[in-house]
Amino acid sequence: MTLRALDRIGMGFFLGLPILWIVLFMLVPYGVLLTYSFWIKSYPLFEPAFQFGNYLTLLNEPQYLSVIGRTLKIAVIVSVTALVLAYPFAYFLVFRLKNVTIRKVLFFGVIAPLWVSYLLRAYLWKTILGTQGVLNSTLMGLGIISEPLDIFLYSQAAMVITLTYIFIPFMVMPIYAALEKIPRNLDEASADLGQSSWTTFWRVTVPLSLPGVVAGFTLTFCLCFGDFVAAFLVGGPDGLMVANVITSQFGAALNWPLGSALAVVMLVVVLAIISLSDRFEQRTKVQF
Amino acid sequence: MAAIIELDSISKHYGPVVGVNHVDLAVEDGEFLTLLGPSGCGKSTLLRMVGGFEVPSAGTIRIAGVDVTAAPPQQRDVNMMFQDYALFPHMTVGKNITYGLERKGIKGTAARDKAEAALELVGLSGMFERHTHQLSGGQRQRVALARAVVREPKVILLDEPLSALDAKLREQMQVELKHMHEKLGITFLMVTHDQTEALVMSDRVVVMEAGEIAQDGTPEDLYERPATPYVANFIGTTNFLSARVVARGAGLVTLEAGNQELKATDVATSDGQAIGQIGIRPEKMQILKDTECRPVNVLPGTVVETIYQGLALRTVVRLSSGEEMLVDEILRQGMLHSDHPRAGDPVVLGVEPHNILLFGAER
Ligand SMILES: Nc1ncnc2c1ncn2[C@@H]1O[C@H](COP(=O)(O)OP(=O)(O)OP(=O)(O)O)[C@@H](O)[C@H]1O
Ligand SMILES: [Mg+2]
Repeated sequence: MTLRALDRIGMGFFLGLPILWIVLFMLVPYGVLLTYSFWIKSYPLFEPAFQFGNYLTLLNEPQYLSVIGRTLKIAVIVSVTALVLAYPFAYFLVFRLKNVTIRKVLFFGVIAPLWVSYLLRAYLWKTILGTQGVLNSTLMGLGIISEPLDIFLYSQAAMVITLTYIFIPFMVMPIYAALEKIPRNLDEASADLGQSSWTTFWRVTVPLSLPGVVAGFTLTFCLCFGDFVAAFLVGGPDGLMVANVITSQFGAALNWPLGSALAVVMLVVVLAIISLSDRFEQRTKVQF
Repeated sequence: MAAIIELDSISKHYGPVVGVNHVDLAVEDGEFLTLLGPSGCGKSTLLRMVGGFEVPSAGTIRIAGVDVTAAPPQQRDVNMMFQDYALFPHMTVGKNITYGLERKGIKGTAARDKAEAALELVGLSGMFERHTHQLSGGQRQRVALARAVVREPKVILLDEPLSALDAKLREQMQVELKHMHEKLGITFLMVTHDQTEALVMSDRVVVMEAGEIAQDGTPEDLYERPATPYVANFIGTTNFLSARVVARGAGLVTLEAGNQELKATDVATSDGQAIGQIGIRPEKMQILKDTECRPVNVLPGTVVETIYQGLALRTVVRLSSGEEMLVDEILRQGMLHSDHPRAGDPVVLGVEPHNILLFGAER
């Protein structure tokens, strides 16, 4: 065997294994899911078929549309909240903080929770917002309320808070990276040309950081859209997300075809958003 | 002429680091003044204080007679051309230029007309709609200049404006910037570490050393009459020899240097010290041929090597005292490299008294 042939075999392994992995564990399951979504549920199990009944059910029964709508709404609210919090924070770190050490510590402070189990972090908010939680005890300690309130937990607000907390690192990171890429002297050039720092912020900094904003928004939105743990831990009866419904279709409801159809719809929504954001990112991208 | 910029005892400290130390400087209206010095001597810091990007630790800055020491850049009638141009990458060339007109209340077609005129001035007519990343380095530089010029400031500040360009383009832009300065009549205050650039472009050059002014004068002043060995060494090349005064009189000072007696035109050292060393420019010496009549001073030595530089030939000569001297000779028509003394040949160097620079003792 020539060295070249050996090389080719090595390359084959190098590329082949990951490709095999993706095919086996991503594409095949998607195919299975898609196939199931056309099947018919016939008690106690399902029958192979090719029909759009499951999709029609999703369209016709308002509960499904409303859960999709609610999930979209929560994902948007969380993404916007995270953006409103993350942007000023990242801006402060990159543009206003002179001390590099403090900047790194603060940045790491936001990123560090990613090393902690996701479930644990969601659980954390249960202990803060719960009836016996930190918030209630504090308010009672201050004498603001006399009895513990349970309105904090099991509400959409609780979900928004929890999800924002969990996903905000995914907003901070790309924005931070985008801001850091902006040459420092553009600010000075703008001041030199007579423009106030407020104008400079909106006309120079924001446009140049848009790719980071788009990336952060997309990440946060998609992660939120597929989340089921927050609803499970801190969400109330009006807090079910699409992923929770899918879980129940595959579990208690034992309606895999409907669950699959819902999963496919979700996948399509996410892919649409990613391609949209991709297009937007292409447009906002600048060469420095 | 009136001073457009006046710096009164300006200092800038960064903690224990002294960036600029008690600098007094007056920039005349309309002149092209260059701050020249090696890396870290504080020239950018000084320029940035004039622009309003740094606040001096001490001292006063006046622009057109008004104290602007604490004023932000927005309130100063000067504009900066940044080292890497600092063009806004998300704006077209035209937007980059009109951006600076907004606060002057010039908008719409009036702004566009002014921007087009500025572009024409820098030789970029018709580039209004271009994107900045579609431009070459030289074109970006012109846009940066147009962006500053269009605001009609009293002074244009240039921080190493040509350092990002390749050698050929740099030479061309040196001349172009100089012409631009003459045409506009605006004061230019430039920073560079490139002595050629400073000599070629400026009306006046301020050489800086460790945050202070080492010498201030016309390019010719600096080259022909450097005040200190530092300046002599920074601008052009200089051979230094330590020297001792033997006798004085009749406008000549007799020195002992390099095991030889040399006569030099007697002038006071600019730093006021007793003579301790002398400097001789490599091109102000010659290798004597037997037939030539001897100049006042001769220095015998041996050729160590010759370096062919195209325009000139540099000969390294070791004197009997051990010091090495550089001698540059222009290779004129008919002078061949091959006719020249080679390594090992004994030679005699000649130098006239007025070409010997006198300095204080080495520090
Ligand atoms: N922001 C800063 N913090 C601390 N020290 C600084 C700062 N800016 C400049 N210095 C110091 O001040 C001195 C002068 O710096 P400056 O940038 O003016 O030098 P320069 O002459 O422009 O050099 P170069 O040719 O490298 O640009 C240097 O010792 C530099 O380290
Ligand atoms: Mg500098």
